[in-house]
Amino acid sequence: MTALLEMRRISKTFPGVKALDNVSLEVREGEIHAICGENGAGKSTLMKVLSGVYPTGSYDGQIVFDGQVADFRTIRDSEDRGIIIIHQELALVPQLTVAENIFLGNERATRGVIDWPQTFSQTEALLAKVGLRATPGQLVDSLGVGQQQLVEIAKALSKNVRLLILDEPTAALSESDSQALLDLLLELKAQGVTSIIISHKLNEVRRVADSVTVIRDGASISTIDARGGDLTEDRIVRDMVGRDMANRYPERERRAGEVVFELKNWNVWHRDHRDRQMIRDLSMTVRAGEVVGIAGLMGSGRTELAMSVFGESWGRGISGQALMHGQPVDLSTVDRAIKAGLAYVTEDRKTLGLILDETIRRNTVLANLDAVATRGVVDEARETEVAEGYRRTLRIRTPSVFQKVMNLSGGNQQKVVLSKWLFTNPEVLILDEPTRGIDVGAKYEIYSIINDLSREGKAVVMISSEMPELLGMCDRIYVMNEGRFVGELEGHRASQEAIMSLIVRE
Amino acid sequence: MEQTERAPGIGIGDYITKHIREYGLLFALIAIMAFFQVVTGGVLLRPVNITNLFLQNSYIIIMALGMLLVIVAGHIDLSVGSVMGFIGALAAVMIVSWGMPVWLAMGACLLAGIAIGAVQGYFVAYWKIPSFIVTLAGMLVFRGLSLWLLAGQSIGPFPNSFQALSTGFIPDLFGIGRPNGLALAVGAVAVLLIVWQGMRTRARNARYGIEDEPFGLFVLRNAIVAAALLFVTWKLAWFRGLPNVLLSMVILTVVYVFLTERTTIGRRVYAVGGNAKAAKLSGIRTERLTFLVFVNMGLLAALAGLIFAARLNTATPKAGFAVELDVIAAVFIGGASMSGGVGKIVGAVVGAFIMGVMNNGMSIMGIGIDYQQVIKGLVLLAAVVFDVYNKNREA
Repeated sequence: MTALLEMRRISKTFPGVKALDNVSLEVREGEIHAICGENGAGKSTLMKVLSGVYPTGSYDGQIVFDGQVADFRTIRDSEDRGIIIIHQELALVPQLTVAENIFLGNERATRGVIDWPQTFSQTEALLAKVGLRATPGQLVDSLGVGQQQLVEIAKALSKNVRLLILDEPTAALSESDSQALLDLLLELKAQGVTSIIISHKLNEVRRVADSVTVIRDGASISTIDARGGDLTEDRIVRDMVGRDMANRYPERERRAGEVVFELKNWNVWHRDHRDRQMIRDLSMTVRAGEVVGIAGLMGSGRTELAMSVFGESWGRGISGQALMHGQPVDLSTVDRAIKAGLAYVTEDRKTLGLILDETIRRNTVLANLDAVATRGVVDEARETEVAEGYRRTLRIRTPSVFQKVMNLSGGNQQKVVLSKWLFTNPEVLILDEPTRGIDVGAKYEIYSIINDLSREGKAVVMISSEMPELLGMCDRIYVMNEGRFVGELEGHRASQEAIMSLIVRE
Repeated sequence: MEQTERAPGIGIGDYITKHIREYGLLFALIAIMAFFQVVTGGVLLRPVNITNLFLQNSYIIIMALGMLLVIVAGHIDLSVGSVMGFIGALAAVMIVSWGMPVWLAMGACLLAGIAIGAVQGYFVAYWKIPSFIVTLAGMLVFRGLSLWLLAGQSIGPFPNSFQALSTGFIPDLFGIGRPNGLALAVGAVAVLLIVWQGMRTRARNARYGIEDEPFGLFVLRNAIVAAALLFVTWKLAWFRGLPNVLLSMVILTVVYVFLTERTTIGRRVYAVGGNAKAAKLSGIRTERLTFLVFVNMGLLAALAGLIFAARLNTATPKAGFAVELDVIAAVFIGGASMSGGVGKIVGAVVGAFIMGVMNNGMSIMGIGIDYQQVIKGLVLLAAVVFDVYNKNREA
């Protein structure tokens, strides 16, 4: 097989930072090539160089695509040659139909008048190709994230794609949607489409990739040929972090105390569709010092459960009983829930967890501002001390707590969110996808923090789509499906198979 | 990762580049004043004109304080001009037509302002109706109501005790007369307070390792501010001393600076504007806060209405027409962000002064109202373009 793409000794410097240092990448015709690396390793920068976001001349090195030297000045240039990137944040217009989105900027039209019959028939063909059961006239808004991902791929296919680049395509997808997407990639490969997949999920990489390039600190560390069979997750992790990580989860010993938090017969209806019951008669207990997992597919109601408990922030018609230490508590508003001893770390830290334009210091004290104020006047010295304290104990990597949160990496942002909630001194911490979009090294640190908290006697509820993470961290796992707990597994007896079979059996 | 902490030995130039917005605003005000001082042949900075500048712009500055909070919270209030006019009309009807005691009428007017703010805030905060629409409706309603109250006529004149609110001067406690001893003393004390406060902040910043402006720049900036303050109070002292309005303006500005920068409620307003969802999930009662921000705006608009009516000594159906635009422009010139969460009281006040000096200077020059509007529009656009340009450069 010949090389479709060769990036030779690419270097890219930003003021003060060398983002890429002599990175080389070779992608063969018709393969699936995975790029792995920690956040901030330079993967996105490399893809921006490739797609012309950084025009030719703003970097050193050479790109050869399809046997020709490529001088892309704009994204348009690279798209014209068939290089199409699908970003993690999907670029679809929710209020437009599937067909309109697919041909946006590339309309089937003669002299500016759109040919709707042709648009629709071509859309149908593309949807069949990607295996999406939707009609061309359906609004993108009405599709799930996984289905929207497929619309993006259909859009790419409509442009005669030669090289399809997917940036973290499964980050927001459920297990089954992820599997479907990976199957689609393999199928496209069979049809001759070459693709690059950037992913943190090593099991997925191992499943689909023909070769893997690992990037660390802006340099390419290794390219591993997966077809020879010498590709293991440990090998990739070692190259990514530059050290052996024999154990991806820190040791924890189980030391569950008395029951701290309890839900009885919890019912929640959908916020917009009044007749849809999202949580059905659900009961759960969490003990002091225990880490309890909630496993389930996307849409099973895990986040809805957490948010309905936390100040009735989601849903309507909420009924049931919440108990702290056996006493009924009022959780009807967020500040009451906080006072009762609850904390909720949202799954989406950028839109729900942080004020990106504010400093670390201000974000840290946000949920407990009164603790650093006397009679409504903020004591900035005290505020700074608090933020500094968390910076040290959680090892937030930043020059100072006066840094704006938007300048931090994902892992450090997550630590700021954790600081904010630790400062409210909760008894029960609900963590929703606490390691989403965070690199391997930072994940380990978050796990260690969770273990420290449970050692202090905090009760932790952990919602996650990554089953290995739940298995590695939790003492007990509730399996959730369609708004109900369909099973409860002791940590040491749980396995991915056991969880999946509980979900499937329903 | 972008470093915002200052490496040792960073130059003054680098610091200014990084904080170009704040310094730019100050320089722009100075440059505009210098420009008009020259082209008006020195009229701009005559004692009587400086006094006039404060009297003319007081109501804009007072409303800009409230508007800043509204905009920082992520909203807009288009009704303030109409509310201001309506309250002026209400005061005229109560005091002139009904012969109500001045203090009682003023109290009732301020309460009316609070009630107006509460109604608008209620719809914005609890019904989630966009503030643009709610206050656009308010703008029409109160414009109509003031026409109705005044029956299309002007009502006046007001008794002296009411006029004093705007045109009165604080008696000279030191009894010198001209120059006014009190004005000079207040100017000197204000300078000392500002420098002392600045030194204290510097000391605190140093203790916590917070980035601070280079010492040379600190001295220069304070020297400019001190010189300007002493200059203005010196000039005022040679006219009739300190206007009552100036005192209320300064007190209100100080109170709102404190409120926005040091209190929990101020912090929470910024948090709501920066990310309402995250603020809500952090236990902040976002609806109540939005409601209060509009109540506050109503109160300040009412105060502005009283001051405006007192200055004109009459309530006219045209009072407050299009004033909301000047107020909003002042806040944006002062660096607030349309998307909320960003903006400073001092910026809004300086922005209002920039608008005021331009209005005043162009009027002295005899430039027609047509060109004045065009120029003011272009200045607003330039200020925002400058903002966006700097933001893009940072990114």
